[in-house]
Amino acid sequence: MSIDTKKMYEIQSVLEIKSSTFFVPVLVLYTNDLVVIEQRLLQKISQAPDFFRNSPIVFDLHELNHHNDEIDVVKLVELIRKSGLFPIGIRGGNEFQNAQANSIFIPVDNTQSIAAEISKTSVPTSQTVVKEVVVNNAATLITQPVRSGQRIYVSGDLIILAQVSAGAEIMAEGNIHVYNTLRGRALAGVQGDTNARIFCFDLQAELISIAGDYKTSEDLKGTVEKKPVQIYLQNHALIIKELG
Amino acid sequence: MARIIVVTSGKGGVGKTTTSAAIAMGLAKRGHKTVVIDFDVGLRNLDLIMGCERRVVYDFVNVINGEANLNQALIRDKNCNLLYILPASQTRDKDALTLEGVEKVLEELSKDFKYIVCDSPAGIEKGAHLAMYFADDAFVVTNPEVSSVRDSDRMLGIMASKSRRAELAMEPIKEYLLLTRYDPDRVEAGEMLSLEDVQEILSLHLLGIIPESKAVLNASNSGTPVILDEKSDAGQAYADVVARYLGEKRPHRFIDSKKGFLRKLFGGK
Ligand SMILES: Nc1ncnc2c1ncn2[C@@H]1O[C@H](COP(=O)(O)OP(=O)(O)OP(=O)(O)O)[C@@H](O)[C@H]1O
Ligand SMILES: [Mg+2]
Repeated sequence: MSIDTKKMYEIQSVLEIKSSTFFVPVLVLYTNDLVVIEQRLLQKISQAPDFFRNSPIVFDLHELNHHNDEIDVVKLVELIRKSGLFPIGIRGGNEFQNAQANSIFIPVDNTQSIAAEISKTSVPTSQTVVKEVVVNNAATLITQPVRSGQRIYVSGDLIILAQVSAGAEIMAEGNIHVYNTLRGRALAGVQGDTNARIFCFDLQAELISIAGDYKTSEDLKGTVEKKPVQIYLQNHALIIKELG
Repeated sequence: MARIIVVTSGKGGVGKTTTSAAIAMGLAKRGHKTVVIDFDVGLRNLDLIMGCERRVVYDFVNVINGEANLNQALIRDKNCNLLYILPASQTRDKDALTLEGVEKVLEELSKDFKYIVCDSPAGIEKGAHLAMYFADDAFVVTNPEVSSVRDSDRMLGIMASKSRRAELAMEPIKEYLLLTRYDPDRVEAGEMLSLEDVQEILSLHLLGIIPESKAVLNASNSGTPVILDEKSDAGQAYADVVARYLGEKRPHRFIDSKKGFLRKLFGGK
């Protein structure tokens, strides 16, 4: 080939497609009553307006379809947009709902199958979705600070010896240990492991989440400071407990 | 092989160019052949601070484009014959620098110089990325205020993941903190973050505190790096920084307010 390096660099610098993992909140619906949904949604948002402002969101219709509760996806999307969120995907929809979503440019999310591919744990996939979480025991050790703007995602446990800055994001499918100050966002059990826990020496986090249930710095204000804590899930509520 | 130092910050106007000029001069004065490169293409500031703006013929971009060779573009400093300046271009746009181009120039300079000081532009875009990409050491210039500390933290994150050393899984860039424009009186009054506040967030190896000083403006007006003003507080602070970087142990100065010192003398707290 007679492409000189200068040209190649120019080609490269035009664009690049990289694979990346993102954390996006999921709106799980248990009712098809749009009025009630709107009410509750606005209520939720008012609890953490900063966190939700312009946030992308995926809506999950699995429960509704399980009970054969019909819902109009177009109206739902309209409602979500009106609340200030950006719907970017549908999950657990039936064929008709997925088609509806596609017609208004909402992608259909197949995370379940993608997640299985990523973690490369060859779980035999059966027809029914087993709600059992495969715990990957491999732990990742980080010794350098995690700075603002950095994101870490691991499929097992995450152990961090240095500080996690405000504006940093750490995510683990398993537990998270931070043997230092945690100022950024920490999300454990991101694939739904409700047994995952977060441990840290000094909790000043912007956000903590386990299996999708979260608290923001607003909620944490004045609770614990400069003390080692553990955080776990009990009946969908995050419990923060001093260690030792 | 040369040691490549990037002077960086994320936030603009915190004192990167002032620092680049001072430490490059300091290193050269101590007998190390040093070159300082202006990566701020389009603004061109370093040559003013170094007082060589009228001697600029060719620049960094000319060298990268092969329109001039390094010897034509390098300017020998008027105060120290071990110090050279590679100026930026004022007329080009920021995209004139390329990764290969920068690498080639740095490689060539490495053969001849002991230290290469890269004065980064503000921001976290291409120019700042190129300035830090090949670095061995980073002087993170930070002012004692929240936005500057935040930006420094961000820059540190980028260096930890997007530098050559990070991409090749080599030993990471050595990071040093330079807290500049520090005004102990304003810290005492709660108008500025204290050294402890900054370190709580960044926890970096502190290379020095540079006080807010009139000497800096005087120095830039006369086109001589402030480190040559040996009587000035900022000049001494930069001399300390260079000495510490070269391995000397020197106690930190310019932390406490003079008023605070008096108060302590009289037993107040
Ligand atoms: N220690 C100091 N005391 C007083 N003034 C200072 C000090 N350090 C820098 N300054 C002033 O702050 C301004 C910005 O300094 P400088 O150009 O070095 O910053 P910079 O980080 O290189 O800016 P840019 O991001 O635009 O490149 C200048 O006017 C300079 O004189
Ligand atoms: Mg500058």
